[in-house]
Amino acid sequence: MEYFLELFFGGLTRGSIYALIALGYTMVYGIIELINFAHGEIYMIGAFTALIAASALAMLGMDGWSLLALSGVIAIIYSAAYGFTIEKIAYKPLRKAQRLSPLISAIGMSIFLQNYVLLAQTSDFLSFPALIDEFSFMENVTIIGSAELVIIITTAVATAILTLFIKFTRMGRAMRAVAQDKTMAMLLGVNVNRVISATFIIGSALAAVGGVLISSQIGQINFYIGFIAGIKAFTAAVLGGIGSIPGAVLGGLVLGWTESFATGYISSDYEDVFAFGLLVFILIFRPAGILGKASSEKV
Amino acid sequence: MKRLLYSLVMVSVILCTAESFAADTIKLGVPGAHSGDLASYGLPSANAAQLVVDAINAKGGILGKKVVVLKEDDQCKPEVAANVAAKLVSDKADVVLGHICSGATKAALNTYNESKIVTLSPSATNVELTKSGDYPNFFRTISPDDAQALLQVNFALDKLKVRRVAIIHDKGDYGKGIAEFAKGFFEKRGVKPVLFEGITPGAVDYSAIVQKIKFSKADAVVYGGYHPEAAKIVAGMKKKKMKTHFISDDGVRDDTFIKVADKFAEGVYATGPIDTTKSPMAVAAIEQHKKRYGTEPGAFYLNAYAGALCLLQAVEKAGSTDFAKVSKALRTNWFETPLGKISFDRNGDAKGIGFAMYQVRNGKYVEVGR
Repeated sequence: MEYFLELFFGGLTRGSIYALIALGYTMVYGIIELINFAHGEIYMIGAFTALIAASALAMLGMDGWSLLALSGVIAIIYSAAYGFTIEKIAYKPLRKAQRLSPLISAIGMSIFLQNYVLLAQTSDFLSFPALIDEFSFMENVTIIGSAELVIIITTAVATAILTLFIKFTRMGRAMRAVAQDKTMAMLLGVNVNRVISATFIIGSALAAVGGVLISSQIGQINFYIGFIAGIKAFTAAVLGGIGSIPGAVLGGLVLGWTESFATGYISSDYEDVFAFGLLVFILIFRPAGILGKASSEKV
Repeated sequence: MKRLLYSLVMVSVILCTAESFAADTIKLGVPGAHSGDLASYGLPSANAAQLVVDAINAKGGILGKKVVVLKEDDQCKPEVAANVAAKLVSDKADVVLGHICSGATKAALNTYNESKIVTLSPSATNVELTKSGDYPNFFRTISPDDAQALLQVNFALDKLKVRRVAIIHDKGDYGKGIAEFAKGFFEKRGVKPVLFEGITPGAVDYSAIVQKIKFSKADAVVYGGYHPEAAKIVAGMKKKKMKTHFISDDGVRDDTFIKVADKFAEGVYATGPIDTTKSPMAVAAIEQHKKRYGTEPGAFYLNAYAGALCLLQAVEKAGSTDFAKVSKALRTNWFETPLGKISFDRNGDAKGIGFAMYQVRNGKYVEVGR
């Protein structure tokens, strides 16, 4: 039983990270039907920014939760700025082009950002400090670590806030309107450019949160981490139904659990086989993903 | 430059062959890749042989005879190697320093074996060449591919007294290769690994495999692979407060591992090559190469240098070029070489070279056994 719970929470943690990144994929897709391949790189840039910020702040004598919070906030702002700029540079000029063009632009952006970090920072693996402190009340708990607990709670809170934001705020309503029909929303006075920018900013901020949390848990980063995490998160988004916010979260968790239990009870040799096998299986029966609807309402 | 080098080699081959007809010489065959894609593996060995021979000749040769070098190019191709071997036999080579690649060596060995010629490779690492017992005439001054795994297993069982062991690898050629050798050695010694699994390099986290290791109650993990994944697994294990030993290979015996895994690296074991390039003899040998050829020596240079020394000194100690006497001399004597003091075991593998076990202590790798 303990083994099962450990695998359960391990999968939940990993799934939460997938979910945080998948939200960015799914929101952008919901609004402009673009698969933003550079999204994984935003996650990586978030982690690098947090590392740089944390090193600098630690030198100034900061530690504990304030260090995590402040470097996290810096990473969020920086990543959000990247997300905003990428949209303006790489996607906005192509908004009226045929659908393949922004996709190629996204792949190009992803390669560009990877190489930019490779050249501007380093190709080596870097040690990432454990920014999440051990809770004293978690001393005797073996099935889950403090960092994992923080990751799970943060994801839950972030998802809840995002859902409320989309349901009850003006901007949220505008987002839903743009997702349904961009032209109509524009005719009714919604500032579509602002809505799209906001979508990129929110998605990037969530990716940065994921990047900071998982790097702090794993303890190392390099310029390539965004690629693999991005692929997995994209899989999660498709699994849950791309365009659907609860779908992205559910897809992330299902993927995380599948990987964790497949490794735990069968063999880690086949971790990816099970993850992608599940994807194929679900798409056969539900082509739009678990919670995806074939309708136009996507956010 | 490559052309020039090539023609130089060709000229020297012609010169050497011409010289080899002179009576009363000891002929050292040096077959290997001297042209083609893999020439950079073979030429340093040819240079090493020439330098050793020149030094010996300057002191009057061995057993009163001058030594000549017979260089032959096999391009690392097995079919060419077989022809080259036949040619060296017909040229009456007394001992052979070569071949370079494992495949070429295997193709040529039978020919030398039938003609009873002692053959020593500075670079062929294929396990079967020595362990199969098919080639009693074969020796080498490089560790076979399974040397690291053997050291890991012996260290785990003898020094750490491990009873339950989990073997993890990264599914790559290198990591999985070592992991499979380790599994074989453990089983040979009656320890059946409780886990044998591959992980996906670069995955977001490894908590599931860490839990699996914990649940398997292994005393030690043997990991075949490189440092990034090793660092993640070690950190995960330490965070779970596991006391399991972590033993890995020279993909992990790297300072980057310590830098990345930081405090979690403490206590990790890893095998790595014994560094001999700083020994006075090695420094002198490298200096000789720079002086004669004007460049830094390349791959396997020191192995070939040591091999040539062993072969010729063995001839001297045996008092003749007779096969039985020379191979006995190689097995019973210890030779001073740039690789350190070495001798050869029953199979023809060198003793005293290869890998040592290191452990991270206070943020540094420290040798803890051989």
